[in-house]
Amino acid sequence: MTLDQATIAQLAERLENAELNRQPVTRITDAYPDMDWDDAYGIQSAIRKRKVARGNKIAGLKMGLTSRAKMKQMGVETPVYGFLPDYGSYADGAEIDMATFIHPRVEAEVAIVTRTELSGPGCHIGQVLPAIDFVVAAVEIIDSRYENFRFDLKSVIADNTSAAGFVAGSMIREAADLDMPTLGVVMEKNGEIVELGAGAAVLGHPASSVAMLANMLASRDEAIPAGAFIMTGGITAAVAVGKGDAINVRFQDLGKVSMSFK
Amino acid sequence: MDKDKIASYGNTLYDCLRNRKTIAPITEQESDVTIENAYHISLQLLQRRLDDGEKIIGKKIGVTSKAVQNMLNVHQPDFGYLTDRMVYDNGAEMPISSELIQPKAEGEIAFILKHDLAGPGVTNAEVLRATECVMPCFEIVDSRIRDWKIKIQDTIADNASCGLFLLGDRAVNPRNVDLVTCGMVHEKNGEIIATGAGAAASGSPVNCVAWLANTLGAFGIKLQAGEVILSGSLVPLHGIVPGDSMNLSIGGIGKASVRFT
Repeated sequence: MTLDQATIAQLAERLENAELNRQPVTRITDAYPDMDWDDAYGIQSAIRKRKVARGNKIAGLKMGLTSRAKMKQMGVETPVYGFLPDYGSYADGAEIDMATFIHPRVEAEVAIVTRTELSGPGCHIGQVLPAIDFVVAAVEIIDSRYENFRFDLKSVIADNTSAAGFVAGSMIREAADLDMPTLGVVMEKNGEIVELGAGAAVLGHPASSVAMLANMLASRDEAIPAGAFIMTGGITAAVAVGKGDAINVRFQDLGKVSMSFK
Repeated sequence: MDKDKIASYGNTLYDCLRNRKTIAPITEQESDVTIENAYHISLQLLQRRLDDGEKIIGKKIGVTSKAVQNMLNVHQPDFGYLTDRMVYDNGAEMPISSELIQPKAEGEIAFILKHDLAGPGVTNAEVLRATECVMPCFEIVDSRIRDWKIKIQDTIADNASCGLFLLGDRAVNPRNVDLVTCGMVHEKNGEIIATGAGAAASGSPVNCVAWLANTLGAFGIKLQAGEVILSGSLVPLHGIVPGDSMNLSIGGIGKASVRFT
């Protein structure tokens, strides 16, 4: 930790206001170049406490930067995580108001819901697979609170890893009935295929992403609770959306997820 | 382009294939070469291979992804011929250093037909009815055109840049798999280099096979029972060198692996 509590509280307020008022801000590492990873997660945690104090519930957890190619590009060894506030949950097929966001993008993901608690360190895929209640298709809406998506990793973590919303599908499957690495995903925007991929794009296996989340939470003395909804990370690149766009994502063995923006 | 010129380019490409040489793009040498000319050149190249005793065992469809179509500025696929000399079994060592010039790997779904398909008018339903099974497949493409500087006519004349191919570990009834959403994971030397899904081939690999049946049908050519049809890559082309190894997994279908020597 390099920042004092007052600074962390002040940065949390600034970033949360940016989200709530849809007013982007400059990245916080410009003003605090020495801030470290603990500071970044400390700011995220302070934002979470502000929401909980206001009566919001935490609907789930999310992983970001789960592509090994992207991690290499950013020069890091681990992904990042954030939380999903309840008001970001949209029904499959929802019409979503663009005024809710600054410059939203969508990415296709596999979401995992746990049956039992998972805690690190040392959590591995062999513990995650039996702890999965079910797997469901999902689309995450990300929306950086930074101007022009100009940020670095610490600024992104502080900004709750750009979490802005999510849409879960309507079909659930047991983990044992799926081959998650080869599970294919086809994203269409306005009827045209824009992105394709398979589950292995997420750290080789979406369940590995959950193990890594448990291990990262352990360093803050936290665990993944039973019943947690976890967005495991983007299988496709993030696609920008605007007013009038319709998104439809087809998942192998998991149905589809769709939404439109108004 | 007259018949002599077509024969001459076909012969030149055959020499390049056998002697592992490249030539300048035909489109640079002949500014007015048409797609039809290019297919006639490819037929001459094919005839020379058949004269050597090679047998046709199927066809390949190329230029099926939007990215490649945009690069070549065309809006339809192309095709080439597969012969018995090109095919390898799963897990094989593929001798690219002695057989190929500038190879690149693609991951595809191969269709093995049990009935003939004669266009025009072939629908996706008929393609599925005529398909015995689908299999994971590596296609190792190669170009006899210098530095892969191809326009659509160059690749068509050069047998759709076909090199060698390898069929994977399982043959699956197409009724049991969603060929649009099936995911593909492509690994080189143990590292994931790309993922994709069936829809990368013109929306569906089945669309590609139907396109080929209908395109050939216009010339009175059938896709024949027993033939293998490579339906187009689901991941980007990836350059390979001897010593590399690759794995391919397709959701609901199976895996293929290859080592390059």
